[in-house]
Amino acid sequence: MTKPNEMTIEEAARALRARELTVRDLWDACAEAAHAKNPELNAYLEIFDADHAAIEAAQKRIDTEGEAAPRLCGIPLAIKDNILIEGKVASAASKMLENYRATYDATVIKKLRAAGALFLGRTNMDEFALGGSTENSAFGVTKNPHDASRVAGGTSGGSAAAVAAHLAIAALGTDTGGSVRNPASYCGVVGLKPTYGAVSRSGIIAAASSFDQVGPITKTVADAGILFEAIAGPDPKDATTIPTGLYGEQKRERRVIGIPEELLEGVDPDMLAQFRATIVALGYETKTISIPSAKPSLAAYYIINFAEVSTNLARYDGIRYGHSAHGETLHEDYVRSRTEGFGRETTRRILLGTFVLSSGYIDAYYRKAHAARTALRADYEKAFEQVDVIATPTMPTPAFTIGAKADPLSLYLEDIFTVTANLTGMPAISVPMGTVEKLPVGIHFTAPHQGEDTLFEFATAAGEKQRRD
Amino acid sequence: MATTDEVKKLAALARITVPEAELEQFTQEFDAIIAYVGQLEQLELAQVADEKPPLRNVMRPDEKPHEAGQYTEKIVEQFSARKGDALSVKQIISHD
Repeated sequence: MTKPNEMTIEEAARALRARELTVRDLWDACAEAAHAKNPELNAYLEIFDADHAAIEAAQKRIDTEGEAAPRLCGIPLAIKDNILIEGKVASAASKMLENYRATYDATVIKKLRAAGALFLGRTNMDEFALGGSTENSAFGVTKNPHDASRVAGGTSGGSAAAVAAHLAIAALGTDTGGSVRNPASYCGVVGLKPTYGAVSRSGIIAAASSFDQVGPITKTVADAGILFEAIAGPDPKDATTIPTGLYGEQKRERRVIGIPEELLEGVDPDMLAQFRATIVALGYETKTISIPSAKPSLAAYYIINFAEVSTNLARYDGIRYGHSAHGETLHEDYVRSRTEGFGRETTRRILLGTFVLSSGYIDAYYRKAHAARTALRADYEKAFEQVDVIATPTMPTPAFTIGAKADPLSLYLEDIFTVTANLTGMPAISVPMGTVEKLPVGIHFTAPHQGEDTLFEFATAAGEKQRRD
Repeated sequence: MATTDEVKKLAALARITVPEAELEQFTQEFDAIIAYVGQLEQLELAQVADEKPPLRNVMRPDEKPHEAGQYTEKIVEQFSARKGDALSVKQIISHD
């Protein structure tokens, strides 16, 4: 039998119902693996003590409800450190919130609790979800389980590493510009960024509010579907959430993959070869499409990110909660608290945001970026008149060596394939497509708004192809 | 080209101090990023109407959301300084 911690959600749910495994066994196997491997990987910032009442309640529910019990009942999950769990520290991997204890559950946590899921710990990330490698964590980098000299990706690097190394059955991350899909690609697991508004952000520490979405990081596409279904839905506490069917039905007879060839120039040749082989093996009809506004959209993404980050992080003033340092005046209290609390990249983005929003520059930067975003969305909508999904590699390269991209701009440029889904609000998924230089890499599919089912269909096919190889 | 003085000014606006020793490199990196995102300025964009997403309201019933005081202690515990259930801050207006 597969070791309990190595199981998928589907496998564990089946084994629990077949009495091959108890919830306690499953928890212990995951917690034991997490404690054993975490000193090396730094995937978790904290591994929680067992919640005996929750474990017993989940077991009882499986015993009494059997097949009717939610599939997540008794399943131990890893939770990114920017998602609030009542009574637990939620630091967003920042010194600013190092001692901040959540006063309530995020809506996604409430939903998972109601389904009987268990929480193993909070996972490492780039501070305030700003980065792409988890190197910006105030509490040390997360190592890639496939090669500890390399990054796990980011910003949800801890969640992806925990799932890839079987230190959890599945995990939640958040995705602002690729933060679920990037580490999923680097660590060889599945990562879904749902449609903007599909999942509530109540209780999520905000980074860039017009981009942020919570997404599952899992071992299989089917597991991503289970976790997505459990956390999705409108929420009175998040006015951006949307009802099902808001964007209408998107059924069609043929299945066509669109490939934006112009975007693939300059991609690592081995990565490109792996991508093309995967597309051929999938066997779907393909069509070359053009997204003229995709290349400049990376600049637009960063301008909007800076602007929203600087606005969102203005709330940390050292007064009501978070790191507090005192000077002579109230003004000095603010400056000292923020200077000591924020890391370098966070400070950089706050200053860049202050710049692009300043009165002399807002037209040239922020408003232009907003116009580019509108044009991008129109280009995608046009492309989706001809194709069902758009495919690219998730990242231009496999995971890089820790410290190799110390220059911030070079790291930003890695996000070219992932940011478009955040700019348009469309759902996207990364699925493993084999290896390049012996490191896992992912294929990336984007679908129209609320097209998660279409994504799962194509991603499942890619996942099956991967298993055959 | 941004100067270190301009970066200092932005930092002051954002209520942050960039340490003197890091200012030079910080300014260089800042400049490179602004130059990159600044390419958008030259971009000729086709006129696309700024479509608003489909309208909907997300409402909760207009009633008492939870018992008074249910979260008070938890929230007050996060204050950097408290007096009873009040947040204690520096005096801003002086009386002399």
